[in-house]
Amino acid sequence: MSNEPRDAISGSTDPQTKTREARIGPDLDNRFNSKLREAFGSSPFILTKFDKFMNWVRGSSMFMLQFGIACCSIEMMHTYAVKHDLDRFGSGVPRASPRQADVMIVPGTIVSKFAPRMKRVYDQMPEPKFVVNMGSCAISGGPFQEGYNVIKGAEEVIPVDIHVPGCPPRPEALVYGVVKLQERIANGESSPVTVKPYELEQFGDLEQDELVDKLAAEIDEEDLVMRYNWADSP
Amino acid sequence: MSLQERQPVGVTEDGLDYDALADLLGDRVIGREHHLNAEGFVVRPTDVEETLELLRDEAGFDHLSCLTAQEYEDRYESIYHLTKYDDRTQELSVVVPADPEDPVSESAAGVYETANWHEREAYDLVGVDYDDHPDLRRILLPETWQGHPLANDYHQDRPQLVPFQEHKNPLEDDHHDAESDTMFLNIGPHHPATHGVLHLKTTLDGEQVADVDPDIGYLHRCEEQMAQQGTYRHQIMPYPDRWDYASAGLLNEWAYARVAEDLNDIEVPEYAQVIRTMGAELCRIAAHMLAVGTFALDIYGDFTAIFMYAMRDREKVQNILEDLTGQRMMFNYFRLGGVVWDLPEPREEFFEQTRDFLDDLPETLEEYHDLITNNEIFQKRVIDTGVLDPEDAKSYGCTGPVARASGIDYDLRRDDPYGYYDELDWDVITENGGDNYSRFLVRMQEVEQSARIIEQCVDLLEDWPEDERTIQSNVPRTLKPEPDTETYRAVEGAKGELGIYVRSDGTDKPGRFKIRSPCFSNLSALESMSEGEYVPDLVATLGSLDVILGEVDR
Repeated sequence: MSNEPRDAISGSTDPQTKTREARIGPDLDNRFNSKLREAFGSSPFILTKFDKFMNWVRGSSMFMLQFGIACCSIEMMHTYAVKHDLDRFGSGVPRASPRQADVMIVPGTIVSKFAPRMKRVYDQMPEPKFVVNMGSCAISGGPFQEGYNVIKGAEEVIPVDIHVPGCPPRPEALVYGVVKLQERIANGESSPVTVKPYELEQFGDLEQDELVDKLAAEIDEEDLVMRYNWADSP
Repeated sequence: MSLQERQPVGVTEDGLDYDALADLLGDRVIGREHHLNAEGFVVRPTDVEETLELLRDEAGFDHLSCLTAQEYEDRYESIYHLTKYDDRTQELSVVVPADPEDPVSESAAGVYETANWHEREAYDLVGVDYDDHPDLRRILLPETWQGHPLANDYHQDRPQLVPFQEHKNPLEDDHHDAESDTMFLNIGPHHPATHGVLHLKTTLDGEQVADVDPDIGYLHRCEEQMAQQGTYRHQIMPYPDRWDYASAGLLNEWAYARVAEDLNDIEVPEYAQVIRTMGAELCRIAAHMLAVGTFALDIYGDFTAIFMYAMRDREKVQNILEDLTGQRMMFNYFRLGGVVWDLPEPREEFFEQTRDFLDDLPETLEEYHDLITNNEIFQKRVIDTGVLDPEDAKSYGCTGPVARASGIDYDLRRDDPYGYYDELDWDVITENGGDNYSRFLVRMQEVEQSARIIEQCVDLLEDWPEDERTIQSNVPRTLKPEPDTETYRAVEGAKGELGIYVRSDGTDKPGRFKIRSPCFSNLSALESMSEGEYVPDLVATLGSLDVILGEVDR
């Protein structure tokens, strides 16, 4: 690596560089001259909206939740690891705790037993939070869509920002999806939080029907439950 | 042991003498069935335990490979697929019909530990009620599930309720006194050490594990239902890739290919067998590399060098496999009667790439040994922790590297040969420690053996005459095996014995498709391996078992 800035930049910003150098004095090591600094030129400040700046910061430094579900999580590990190295894009360090994470990649099939847990993990993440759906299963149930136990996509349970199709998507595709998410975040976009078909509800709040009556002996009124109306699933 | 002193009943020089076995059981046998892999003895639902005990103690059937339950028009049926660790080719099915109105059948959990989980699964999915079972509750589906999904009268559109309750400490009452108390700890279902979505209900006494109950089913995506909905010829083959998804796809595909070829009497050309063998062993290397990488991740606790090295080497294998099959992970490369296409052109380049990988491998493994095997800290964590005795391993139906690390010399590639393995020169690796370290060592050495196999396959493929490169035999477009043909076949997957039972019903789709997952049985041994150990050792043990939840839950 050369210590010199590229010609195209140093040439074009030559006048500003001179002004800047006059300001900061002669002793500063050239390596401290980042491209950003070059771009700013002589004025060491920029004018922008605070929100915009925060969005830019948010998109440029994201902590992923270390969240492995199924096959896609193997490709997700490859995306984090050498060769693909998601960290290059400022979003690579997986955090084991949802409380430290901004982005959840959903890499696999969601089944009835897991959906309440996934919802809880999502709820535990601090705002603002974003979700990338990785692979066909998380998008729609994928090859297992017809299964008696399979949720037809993570979007039935939590809001999703980006869908990366594939079975499984290649690491390159996931990188692309994450970069697209960063773009959206930098533009201040995220998917709306709406009521989903499957929510955690208190058992006592459910409408009375045959199933609820049958389970009344096993489940407390205050217990949280998720009710699956399979017949209404898309 | 008595078995060593006298010859087990029914063993003759040319295999099994089923009549002698029937004589042993006397009038407990109320009928005989013929399955393609073995004879089936029909016994009464009240005689199960006695029958299996006799067969285990007198006839040497020490391996309950699988339990298949299914519902017919007029009865429920449980099939116990028995075989022997000493000779895998000796098989016997014990068929237990049960009443259609009240399907009660005696439990086999008193004879084989592995029957415990298998019967829970059969109860959960099919609805057979096992009498005297120690703990008969649902295993894959939530406790509150309505109906049994693989039973005939199940309506898939019925609504279901899944509670999100706090788990109770199972030992709270009997371990509570003035001095000591137990603590309940949930590990998972979302936890970095559980390799996916496994939930361990752990009860701790101080820092030691007093009780651990693996709660599985968080990835139960109805693989058996999916297979029963697909046609034999093409629609089932993509699914096996997704059972053991640690890039072990071709090994799983082989399990299906083997059983379907057996069922439909399809020959596979020799050339295709060599390609299959080579591809499968590449998959085994990739799967073992993932096991090593994540095991190190569990022990050292960070995404550091070893994990990255393992991923780097997996990338190399995946590149080769992608050239061969067109996909990085979900290959869908096998076809009934062969493989889908020949090696990629130019062949020389493919051979060179594969050889480069194999040439670098000894040096790479040396690196792993420097970093892991000889690391004192690592050794402190894994030697003599998570010990699994050979007797326990057999009773829990452990297979694959887990069994071989406990000194059980059992490998289907050699014991029940398929593909091209019996023509090649390689060794079955065993270790005697039975601890976490042994399991790790077995995997590392198996990588070397797989490399040996691949090398020989590459040599063979390179010299194969051009006009004899048949990749597929002639297979009819629609396969309709004779109705009520039953067979159970297994191959050596990355984690152990991966078996499939298929019953045909005269259509082009299987009537019953049951998967025997090695991870399922291996995981059931966790309880006996980790009780009394420290929590960190429990995590190490789980890592060394190398379970893939897609295969545990199916």
